[in-house]
Amino acid sequence: MKRLMLTNQAIAQGAWQAGVRVVSSYPGTPSTEITECTAKFKEIHSEWAPNEKVALEVGIGASMAGARAMVCMKHVGLNVAADPLFTAAYTGVGGGLVIVVADDPGMHSSQNEQDSRFYARSAHVPMIEPSDSAEAVAFVDWAYRLSEQYDTPVLLRTTTRIAHAQSMVELGERVEVPLKEYQKDAPKYTMLPAHAKGRHLVVEDRENRLKADCLSFPQNRVEMRDAKLGVVCAGAVYQHVREALPNASVFKVGMVYPLPIAAIAEFAQKVDELLVVEELEPFIENQLKANGIACHGKDLFGLQGEITVAHILNKVLGKALPTAAKVPGRPPLLCAGCPHRGVYYVLRKLHCVVNGDIGCYTLGALPPLSAVDSVVCMGASIGMAHGFKYARPDAKNVAVIGDSTFVHSGVTGLINAVYNHSGITLVILDNRTTGMTGHQDHPATGKTCMGDPAPQLDLEALCLACGVAKVDVVDPYDMAACEAVLRDALADSRERVVIARRACIMKERVLDAKPLSVSDCRGCGKCLGLGCPAIVKSEGKAVIDRTQCVGCKLCKDVCPFGCIGE
Amino acid sequence: MNILIVGVGGQGTLLAAKVLGEYATLRGDEVKLSEVHGMSQRGGSVVTHVRYGKQIHTPVIWEGGADVVLAFEPLEALRYAHFLAEGGRVLTNQTPLPPMSVATGLAEYPDVDAQLDAVKVPATDLALAAGSIKCVNMVMLGALTRLLDLDYDTMRQAVQNSVKKALDMNMEAVRLGYEALK
Ligand SMILES: Cc1ncc(C[n+]2csc(CCOP(=O)(O)OP(=O)(O)O)c2C)c(N)n1
Repeated sequence: MKRLMLTNQAIAQGAWQAGVRVVSSYPGTPSTEITECTAKFKEIHSEWAPNEKVALEVGIGASMAGARAMVCMKHVGLNVAADPLFTAAYTGVGGGLVIVVADDPGMHSSQNEQDSRFYARSAHVPMIEPSDSAEAVAFVDWAYRLSEQYDTPVLLRTTTRIAHAQSMVELGERVEVPLKEYQKDAPKYTMLPAHAKGRHLVVEDRENRLKADCLSFPQNRVEMRDAKLGVVCAGAVYQHVREALPNASVFKVGMVYPLPIAAIAEFAQKVDELLVVEELEPFIENQLKANGIACHGKDLFGLQGEITVAHILNKVLGKALPTAAKVPGRPPLLCAGCPHRGVYYVLRKLHCVVNGDIGCYTLGALPPLSAVDSVVCMGASIGMAHGFKYARPDAKNVAVIGDSTFVHSGVTGLINAVYNHSGITLVILDNRTTGMTGHQDHPATGKTCMGDPAPQLDLEALCLACGVAKVDVVDPYDMAACEAVLRDALADSRERVVIARRACIMKERVLDAKPLSVSDCRGCGKCLGLGCPAIVKSEGKAVIDRTQCVGCKLCKDVCPFGCIGE
Repeated sequence: MNILIVGVGGQGTLLAAKVLGEYATLRGDEVKLSEVHGMSQRGGSVVTHVRYGKQIHTPVIWEGGADVVLAFEPLEALRYAHFLAEGGRVLTNQTPLPPMSVATGLAEYPDVDAQLDAVKVPATDLALAAGSIKCVNMVMLGALTRLLDLDYDTMRQAVQNSVKKALDMNMEAVRLGYEALK
């Protein structure tokens, strides 16, 4: 049977067909749907780990025990999981271990544009890159064969335009792969220096074998057409190149690390000019140049953003690149009724420096709320607030973090803030879900990835156990209560936690709430400062769009003239 | 055929793309779709790519490569107008949704009519007539069916195969959009 399928779904299908038993991941666009899809197969144990490091460790453990395992994350997730990755390269695998990492050129939903291919090179782990949904299924199968044949974890890289593209997939059947026998093997699995020295030799030898063998892998393929131009490319870019330059000869790279250098050199001999088209860093280009293969690449395409067919037509054929009209931007917004909004409004009112974090609540950085001073990476808010406070003891700064992010990597920051005593105030925006990536469960929601009930992590008890002086729980729809608690916490020299708890509006509609409307607006504009998408300024006055309003009443509370009501 | 569907997060561009993908599959064409999830769902500008034909390589439509820009909101039509190929056409819902900067009075909504030659549909009104603002996407699909002279019955079949909820209302929305372009 054939089906139009998202590549992320195809990767899940491939994992199921390849007999995978364990999938552990942390959500991250554009990788999230893989694990949501594996969770639907009863033969696979799928789980949300609290972060990518734990997810990879789960994968390593399952693999060591003999099962085929998969771990999925976005590019920045691999930074978090880098520690186990580098040493898993030494231990190798029992059952096959595949790590799917999704890069995001163009930053559709990320905080940076890093290129995860360098991880393959520095950890000495092979990396493969499919070009569409059907190839993703085949490459997952290939990844497990590589992993077990070469005794190594395998990285499978996608980018947004692969992960979130749909094309036809031929569905196959699951092949049950028996558990590999487990035998204690400390020199292989217990990495202390004496053992690791031996394993480092194994890693080098394995990579040398892969460098030789990859020259004849059919997934690295030459397509000879017109010999005037030869293009080296992989992944989504391969499809753009085929579209833009149907007559060009192409070296399609299926394994991006190790690169089939000698095979590309041979291809270079057959064409007049060689061009590398790759997004982000000159990863392929620099390796070719280091091996004396002359080529063009980043001199034409640069490091920024995505490459489209239009860019290729422009750089190779000189076709003009159409330019966009200048129009007002439309960034994403906190939803009407979002429980994060009230807290930001209060923090603005109190003139706090806000060390923010990553999630839907990052959107509080945008006007008109403009309430956030810093965002770096998941969990950074607390460490940064602590550092900021040490540098400026009289600063009125708070750390603001989401519930999923707090569990991911915030709690260690809190332990540090108490241990090294800076007296920070931490606000946990607890909307009972991982909102930004599409509402995944996490340890504090009381449900697993597969929909089963689970013990619910008690955030109040956890913070108290970290040693904070006091934990207050407030309803973020009650701005007066939020303000009172925050004033009290900010005046305290001890570490304080304020948990603003209310379910995400997309998950649970407010009961009994009716849309509001404005009468006799005086045009003061206070309510517009909330940045609610349901409130629009029309002829100098505020108007509430009743199809969007969910009746959270924040605007009613900020209106100084009592003009807003049901 | 390259159709770029643009709109505002929450307007159902993904479902519209799914229906078009199903339509092309029923017609025996190769189909590729490209979408972006995540951030852009929250009321931001969204764009979904639909390509179908005998052989399709990239799922991503490029600047200067769209046969149709199917816009669920006029400002979004203008934002992506540079994706149009020579001779390409814009089909847009005529009801604006002001972005936050306009809603709060910091920016002005541009005069789209002056800058863009587009076929306009009162899709928001027709969606409300069909029963819900949520079926703007289906009204626009109906109008597109007429604009491109697609097969109406196959489009209805594609909707039936792809839409899980409120099928009657969505069918009515498709019909109203189809009739609107007579
Ligand atoms: C290391 C890393 N992993 C994953 C992500 C993707 N991501 C961004 S925010 C977020 C979680 C947000 O959940 P929460 O903290 O509960 O806030 P909410 O969006 O619900 O407001 C995730 C998983 C990331 N940016 N970095």
